[in-house]
Amino acid sequence: MADLQALYTAVLEGNKNLAAETTREALDEGANPEELLQKYMIPAMDEVGRLFEENEYFVPELLISARAMKAALEYIRPKLAETGAKPIGKVVIGTVRGDLHDIGKNLVAAMLEGGGFEVIDLGVDVSPEKFIDAAREQGAQVIAMSALLTTTMPGMKSTVEALTNAGLKGSVRTMIGGAPVTQRYADDIGADAFSDNASGAVRIARQLVGA
Amino acid sequence: MNVHPQSDIASAAATPAISSAHDFLYGQAPRPVSCGRGVVIGAGEVIPEVNFTLPPIDIMEETWPEVRAQYTEMIDGVCKRAADLEVPALVVEFETLPPMTVFPEWGAEITELLAATMRRYGETRGLRSALRLTPNDTRDHVRPPVMRSGSYWDGMVRLFDLAGPSGADMIGIESTGGKEIHDQAIMDADLEGIVYALGVLAPRDMRFLWTAIVQSCRTHGIVPSGDTACGFANTAMVLAEQRMIPRVLAAVDRVASVPRGLVAYEVGAVGPSKDCAYEGPYMKAIAGVPISMEGRSAACAHLSTVGNIAQAVCDLWSNESVQNVRLLSTNAPTVSVEQLAYDCRLLNTAAKTRAGAEQMRDWLVASDAALDPQAHVLRPEVVVKLSALISGTACAYQRTRIAVIATLDELARARVAGEVRIAENELRWLDQFRKAADGLPECEDEFIAEMLVRYADAPYLPGEYGLTA
Repeated sequence: MADLQALYTAVLEGNKNLAAETTREALDEGANPEELLQKYMIPAMDEVGRLFEENEYFVPELLISARAMKAALEYIRPKLAETGAKPIGKVVIGTVRGDLHDIGKNLVAAMLEGGGFEVIDLGVDVSPEKFIDAAREQGAQVIAMSALLTTTMPGMKSTVEALTNAGLKGSVRTMIGGAPVTQRYADDIGADAFSDNASGAVRIARQLVGA
Repeated sequence: MNVHPQSDIASAAATPAISSAHDFLYGQAPRPVSCGRGVVIGAGEVIPEVNFTLPPIDIMEETWPEVRAQYTEMIDGVCKRAADLEVPALVVEFETLPPMTVFPEWGAEITELLAATMRRYGETRGLRSALRLTPNDTRDHVRPPVMRSGSYWDGMVRLFDLAGPSGADMIGIESTGGKEIHDQAIMDADLEGIVYALGVLAPRDMRFLWTAIVQSCRTHGIVPSGDTACGFANTAMVLAEQRMIPRVLAAVDRVASVPRGLVAYEVGAVGPSKDCAYEGPYMKAIAGVPISMEGRSAACAHLSTVGNIAQAVCDLWSNESVQNVRLLSTNAPTVSVEQLAYDCRLLNTAAKTRAGAEQMRDWLVASDAALDPQAHVLRPEVVVKLSALISGTACAYQRTRIAVIATLDELARARVAGEVRIAENELRWLDQFRKAADGLPECEDEFIAEMLVRYADAPYLPGEYGLTA
């Protein structure tokens, strides 16, 4: 029998191979994929997030845990699809038009993947039209935007406005972040959410999709 | 261009320009630089260098009149206050926003606007000043970045060539070669990736880029100043400040960025280094060039744990950048220049005697150095010690490898000696980095061969760095 507590520990400690192998073994033995996800993997990532927020873990540790989670999810997702269960959610992410600073965006993308989301990473310098087209085509529930420059922040406003004009505001939620971005700015432009860190972004994304 | 005599700075294994912490003082560089309208940097006085940027605004043809109005307001406020406070001289840095390098004529137009105001204050108020133009490194607008050709590179070269004729007195840049690998490596705490980026890719790009800048500056009689590891070690510094990566990693990354920075001076740059180059003290110690620094004065742009110690051996003292927003007193750029002016006045007053300069420097050092490993590696005696080790070889990779190992050794020694505080949850990282550093091969070719395989799928083009995959 697969040791499911080992799956929790593997994700917590970022042991990618062990996480994948334990998941595969458990599924082969007939384990419920939803149970693996909800009872072991997500709690492990929650613990990683807690350790990070308490300044015990650093981002490199978050990332190796997220990669372990992702490796395990490779086995979980097809099984979940077979049962008709929906993934946690789908997020389109990118830096806004004119902004090439993508470290923060990449971190949030990795953490969202580690949090069980399907992430469509549009990269850098993404126009409002591209965000909206991708969200529509991919059936995403969330658009996540990042900016580092004050001069590119207006790209967030343009995207929120374009989303409204496309009739998608409400069905596709927006979340924003980046060094100069604030909750007040999010409120001003009508974005649905703001986060100033990657771990918080996952929590907020979950709230946005009702997971 | 009137630059003091240069030797073959750091072009080979050499003795550093400053070999004793006793001789390492602010306001005095072994090789001062003259530029602009009567400005001499590193010749005895610390001079304020102010930088400013636009509030949130789309930069496009429709908004261009507003962009011009913003810059007009900022430069006029800054020059007026600098003249009112009787600064010894003023350096203004105009760091373009990306569209102003992509469309270099826009950057040149703002340069002209700034230079004209600075000239006017020279004529009417006797303000000695120099304008540093910092074009953006826009080559990463395409991914993976194309470093040596293409429209973005052409735009940068065009702005280099327009700088002198538009009124700039110096060119600086925040170059990004190797950042494609470094960004992920720093997030993964991947020491080999960091060394590959900073010790192999970045130096190759610096040599290519700075050769072009120096050539353009010489053609137009202006100063090729210096670069910064802003996209590398400052990224690490900010991430460490946000507790995202260990501070010891940011400290190691800072010193590992030194060999990269030295390449600019090997090919003809003369200083001052860029303000956000917190590795500047190493440039001054090794290459003898004057340096611009920022610390507590740059809290308007980003936070740091080196607010005082960063000032200890500076020649220009900067605010990094501030948006043109209204504060209670006046606009933020004018506030910045006043803060810088008073800081410089205090430093220069203390430096009227040698003992005063040493005392002031030592207070600046002592107030920060023990509290953070990033501050510790800026102690003048540590800079001198590590600079001697880094200078002992000519190969940038070897220098970077030595920088990493020597910094880890120094941090471990200083912690045990009680000279620096390192958080308990960072100690495991010190050990891990030391193990990784021990695995770095001495032979550069061997290291490159390993990295080419390891990063075969990474988003960069080895050929753009002269490497063959």
